[in-house]
Amino acid sequence: MTQDTQKTFLEKLNNIDRRIIFLVIFIVVSVPMLLKLTSPVQISPEVQKAYDYIESIPAGGAVMFSVDYDATSMPEIQPMILCLLSHCFQKDVKVLLTGMLAIGMPLGTQALESTAAEYGKKYGVDYVNMGYRPGAQAVIVAMGREIRDIFAVDYQGTPMDALPMMKDIHNYGDLAAVAVMAHGATPEYWIQFAQARYGAKLIVGTTAVGAPDYYNYLQAEQLVGLLGGMRGAAEYETLIDKPGLGLLAMSPQSWVHLAIIALIILGNVTYLLTKKKLGAS
Amino acid sequence: MKQRIPLTISFIAGIFIILTFYFPNSPLGDIEQHTLVWFAIVVGISMVVGVESLVRINVVKIMKQKQGWAYSLALILALLLSLVTGIMGQVKYGSPFHLQSPFMYVYTHMIVPLQSTMFAILSFFIASAAYRAFRVRNLAATMLLLSAVLVMLGRVPVGEKIWSQFPVISEWIMNVPQVGAKRGIMIGSFLGAAATSIRIILGIERSYIS
Repeated sequence: MTQDTQKTFLEKLNNIDRRIIFLVIFIVVSVPMLLKLTSPVQISPEVQKAYDYIESIPAGGAVMFSVDYDATSMPEIQPMILCLLSHCFQKDVKVLLTGMLAIGMPLGTQALESTAAEYGKKYGVDYVNMGYRPGAQAVIVAMGREIRDIFAVDYQGTPMDALPMMKDIHNYGDLAAVAVMAHGATPEYWIQFAQARYGAKLIVGTTAVGAPDYYNYLQAEQLVGLLGGMRGAAEYETLIDKPGLGLLAMSPQSWVHLAIIALIILGNVTYLLTKKKLGAS
Repeated sequence: MKQRIPLTISFIAGIFIILTFYFPNSPLGDIEQHTLVWFAIVVGISMVVGVESLVRINVVKIMKQKQGWAYSLALILALLLSLVTGIMGQVKYGSPFHLQSPFMYVYTHMIVPLQSTMFAILSFFIASAAYRAFRVRNLAATMLLLSAVLVMLGRVPVGEKIWSQFPVISEWIMNVPQVGAKRGIMIGSFLGAAATSIRIILGIERSYIS
């Protein structure tokens, strides 16, 4: 009787209704978010490097941002671009915005316009939105010689030469860094063409899933910094002392990681007990 | 003749692009710059071809009322909505991406929530899959499971609170075994890509014109 009950319990655990798992995940994500719990984070070396590099750019220097992500990765990458833009504007570093993903450009535009307004920056003088051009690899290579060859006008059709900020900016040599905010393979293109061929200094901000792909480039010093996932954004927000969505997301992420680990342990315990029982019978 | 012309074009274009990498100055560099602009234009035109194909297939589906035609109708209506609001933004504000553009309204209130929702659902399936599939079946699976748990704990603040060494271990996994394995895979795949490129340039690999 006890054995039967135990077997039934194990079977039930093995075939647990997935809606129970969904409910657990929903609770551990939503409760910390609703309570707005925040957790401090330790700064990782790769994010510290990115911060130190931006910090070393003198006022008047320029950083190009490439928006290579869309709404699917918005929760992870939007906080990154916001804090990187804030850091640049805090230091009076000029900003150029472009993107290799058409559907992501509006997110970049929203981030740029809201941050520029916050710091009282003027379009054409402190920042420029170059817009989108198709053909990512070709665009990246062509900008190595002359940005105007591929972006003769900005996103609203204003000639580049009519924008005061662009007077001395022609190619990667005139930029202090390129910050590639991406959820796909475009950082590979930037590394292969802009960094390896033209020596551009790259900072990559990507999803937590995508970040492991870029550690080798960081070790080879082909990147000057790397931000991975919401954790990367939270660390950068800590460094510039501007808490935002990244830090707010750390608490739900902590709890959801713990919940998944607990589920994995539970799944394995039931698996091993079932295996043992089957072996015994 | 039908094969010789594309093979010759591939050979000349391939050799030319390789040469421009080593001799980037004028005149090769200037010609390369022109070809890059052409490439961007060709990619742009290919998008138009893609949209034409998408519209044609879905319009036929609606006309013939094939299974799932309502989804095709939703797709065509959404496409038209994006197109019309995009043109309106272009005409009135100089760009569909201008913050006041009607396209940005559609983007913010329709595209972003739809894309985000689709992706957010993944987290629920990942949790369910982790419970059912992440099992200690053999040594390799156990190692994968252990490293995943260590990295998950090392990447969140609660892990730091449980044991201060979790972030250190996580950083080591990311920087040593992970990078080592990835580098090996990348070297292999890039050597394969280089070999395939040489075969295409020399006309040995012809499947792309068959």
